[in-house]
Amino acid sequence: MAEAQNIPAGSTTAGAIAVAAESTVATRMSAPPSFDVADFPVPNGREEEWRFTPLARLRGLHDGTAVANGTMKAQIDAPDVVTVESVERGDARIGKAGTPVDRIAAQAFSSFTKATVVTVPKEAVLTEPVRVALHGEGGTTFGHTVFDVQAFAEAVVVIDHTGDGVRAANVDFLVGDGAKLTVVSVQDWDDTAVHVSQHNVLIGRDATFKSIIVTFGGDLVRLHPRVTYAGPGGEAELFGLYFTDAGQHQEHRLLVDHSAPHCKSNVVYKGALQGQDAHAVWIGDVLIEKTAEGTDTYEMNRNLVLTDGARVDSVPNLEIETGEIVGAGHASATGRFDDEQLFYLQSRGIPADEARRLVVRGFFAELVQQIGVDDIEERLLSKIETELQGSV
Amino acid sequence: MATLEIHDLHVTVETGDSATGAREILKGVDLTVKQGETHAIMGPNGSGKSTLAYSLAGHPKYTITGGTVTLDGEDVLEMSVDERARAGLFLAMQYPVEVPGVSVSNFLRTSATAIRGEAPKLRTWVKEVKAAMEQLSMDTSFAERNVNEGFSGGEKKRHEILQLELLKPKIAILDETDSGLDVDALRVVSEGVNRVREGGEVGTLLITHYTRILRYIKPDFVHVFANGRIAESGGAELADQLEAEGYDKYVKGGATA
Repeated sequence: MAEAQNIPAGSTTAGAIAVAAESTVATRMSAPPSFDVADFPVPNGREEEWRFTPLARLRGLHDGTAVANGTMKAQIDAPDVVTVESVERGDARIGKAGTPVDRIAAQAFSSFTKATVVTVPKEAVLTEPVRVALHGEGGTTFGHTVFDVQAFAEAVVVIDHTGDGVRAANVDFLVGDGAKLTVVSVQDWDDTAVHVSQHNVLIGRDATFKSIIVTFGGDLVRLHPRVTYAGPGGEAELFGLYFTDAGQHQEHRLLVDHSAPHCKSNVVYKGALQGQDAHAVWIGDVLIEKTAEGTDTYEMNRNLVLTDGARVDSVPNLEIETGEIVGAGHASATGRFDDEQLFYLQSRGIPADEARRLVVRGFFAELVQQIGVDDIEERLLSKIETELQGSV
Repeated sequence: MATLEIHDLHVTVETGDSATGAREILKGVDLTVKQGETHAIMGPNGSGKSTLAYSLAGHPKYTITGGTVTLDGEDVLEMSVDERARAGLFLAMQYPVEVPGVSVSNFLRTSATAIRGEAPKLRTWVKEVKAAMEQLSMDTSFAERNVNEGFSGGEKKRHEILQLELLKPKIAILDETDSGLDVDALRVVSEGVNRVREGGEVGTLLITHYTRILRYIKPDFVHVFANGRIAESGGAELADQLEAEGYDKYVKGGATA
């Protein structure tokens, strides 16, 4: 059953469950999906998909003025069985997982020069993760990457973003029938970076996809993971964790499009915010189409506001076009770590900095455990530690 | 022997109204609580009982404008909130605060580690917590819930007394622990307090509006709190007198003073 909870304090939280013949998820976009940037009008900020994003800080990614003048150092480490290719835009694998749905994604598609295709061959079970390190060295770059995890293969992919730059990209994940893919994407940018990316996930029959999106850095980060199912029996677990500091805009927009029957999705995003004008946006769209009988889905967003001056916009949206489902629900709640909580913990002997750490660690614990890559978990915990020290 | 000495304590609170400014709530409180003693502080609403409790614990809302508070000669007012707790003060709150994301078990262990100065050994700790919870008729699933989140009034109070039992303070201040409890819950909670008192190592300051809890927890001293100070002190018989006569004479006395 659906549920929505709100404890907003200095935040806005809205939720909607629509039961309609016509999808508002599709109609509230300014233009239909397209690979061509010219098919999208330049946004003015009033559009549904842009209304939370500070356009002025996009460095021209949205209006065609951004020029590819930067460097993104890429390093890919993968087990031998994995192939890494640099391919021309005509390659059939590009764009197979999904189509750009907004102007920046289309701009990235129109502007990239060569795409990278990482292939995990059929039935290969990787014992080590595929590691993609992207280090921005300034300027604007456009990218397109395809991860092709073929039938019954199993892989963990870690994508690590660091450094400075303006980045617009599309990342495709093709998860073959019966395959298992776990993706950890870390946005650990310098505080000046801008990163806008659409993730397209196409989940094959009986395949499993799990992602953990970890966003710490950047001046503006806007990620848009989109999941569709190519056949029945697919499962998606989408986890996200963000720590939004003073002045940062971190936006996560998700779509899970249940078009195939007997698929599952579970979305859990959690964010902590601190400092003046820290702004986190979470949009969770789940669409259960008429054909998606037996769907089981749940999405949740939790925010923890640590200081005054931070703002959260959290909008879960669930559309159900068939009643023949196992379950569908969503929840959103924003809470504050306030002086009373601090007093309570301190009155039990716990020093202030430890109290704060206790609360934030507890809040993130269930998600950190999901990562399953030791060095990333450790880095994440130490990152949380550093962020907290910055707040005291 | 642990002794809490409060001398001529004056406390103000910001009203948030610039015309009124700070309002004085405590107007010269004198009280000495020794280890093993139980003092009941009774008084009408708005007399400053809870302000006394929160001021002793160091709540930032209150400003100490005069007087001294010492615990075994150490200046309590100079200490931060957590230092006071580690020095041996414990406040069971009337309205315990929800702390989302922190489980009761994690909270209790972190707190015990801070108060005891070292992490309790895991095996004995688990037993200790389990036994204390059983005595308070708390289900073990309680430990996995978030601190005070979604707790009923009775559960919150049991959780406060659970902490009292585990943290073993020198001085325990119980702020209206009886409020909002039905008779069964009151009995369970009072038994918990009595177990701690029977150890003879805690001095208890029991703040209450009603005499009901005093049937379960027998005070050595009763103080009537009115108009920001202690208006009268006596033995347990004073509670009986209050039961019969109410607070009227103190309230009127305060108003004409």
